[in-house]
Amino acid sequence: MAELNTESGGDKGGKVRSKKSNAKVDLTAMVDLAFLLITFFMLTTSLSKPQAMNLGLPDKGDEKTDEKDIKVDQKRTMTILLGDDNKIKWFHGLLEAPEPNGKPTDATYGKNGIRKELVKRVKSVAEYCAAKPGSKPGDGLIVIIKPSKKSTYRNIVDILDEMAITDVPTYAIVNDFTPEEKKLIEEK
Amino acid sequence: MAKIKMSKKSTSIDMTAMCDVSFLLLTFFILTATAKQQEPLPVDTPSSTVKTKLPETDLATITIGKDVNAKDSISIFFGVTGRDVRKRTLELMAQKYKLSFSEKEMEQFALIESFGVPIQNLSQIIAMKSSDRNKPGFQPGIPADSTDNQLKEWIYNARIATSEIADKDLNFAIKGDAKQEYPAIKKVMDMLQDQKVNQFDLVTGLRGKDY
Repeated sequence: MAELNTESGGDKGGKVRSKKSNAKVDLTAMVDLAFLLITFFMLTTSLSKPQAMNLGLPDKGDEKTDEKDIKVDQKRTMTILLGDDNKIKWFHGLLEAPEPNGKPTDATYGKNGIRKELVKRVKSVAEYCAAKPGSKPGDGLIVIIKPSKKSTYRNIVDILDEMAITDVPTYAIVNDFTPEEKKLIEEK
Repeated sequence: MAKIKMSKKSTSIDMTAMCDVSFLLLTFFILTATAKQQEPLPVDTPSSTVKTKLPETDLATITIGKDVNAKDSISIFFGVTGRDVRKRTLELMAQKYKLSFSEKEMEQFALIESFGVPIQNLSQIIAMKSSDRNKPGFQPGIPADSTDNQLKEWIYNARIATSEIADKDLNFAIKGDAKQEYPAIKKVMDMLQDQKVNQFDLVTGLRGKDY
């Protein structure tokens, strides 16, 4: 510490003792800090890369050359309509003639909403396809996602995320609304 | 009687070497970490549980966000990775729109990560400092209407430039604001699909595990 070097007369004739200051500095705190910073930089460099969800859309190309006769079993299709205010309406099968327990229903996003239905239906349709003669392996539920004009980008990503979570074998984003579906999504 | 001498061991360890190593590592990580650049169009990306990362090269990012100046309209920003690709893209765009950019402007443009102005105003943007340029709301967005679809040309020319320089296909990432309505996103998707780009990435944030 700061000390005034007062002259003490020097009569005592003692040795002038040079004070030995300790050469060692405690580095513990410094090392702590350095490791903290290392951890921070290590984590942020790899985590800051944005995540991405890959989305493949069917070729738009000449629709006329496409075969339009591909018949899909209505028991396998589930249609999800995305409405405004984060609302979902879904039905299983045809709108006019829905499958048992597949009438148009409201749902919400997330764990306790549409996911339960999706999990249930992925399983039941897979069983149905396995039992049906003439079906290929890998056949299962087909989900048709129809985002309305009022749905947001978040809704799209959320529903695609649900598809990934529940392992829906086939899903597609379709933009055409039939008048009945339009009515369904617009009614409150 | 012999005294039992307790040998007193010092509890402090020499930290010097450890300190050296840790600071070496720290320096390494600081230098390799890339500084995050300010984004001219801040968007709030939706989150998902998907864990795939975006590719780092040969990537074009189309940012779709709300226009700060005008209500209910969108502004679209465009950016490609790779300086050579950026330069070549600008050359191709200049040919297309019969504009000319000096060599210096080209060099400057190669450093710009993402931009959102009509090409006619591009040289004005290039001349600005990046802090001024990247102020939110300063750049209006790239025109993408049917009358003047510059975004389409940017996409097209960036693809040509990538295949010329890197001999690879350009990947596309769409970075949209979570609150953006679907038609705006669809417009960009359609634009990509018109060029037979059917595969693209949606940039998302990370979501908690219990979702």
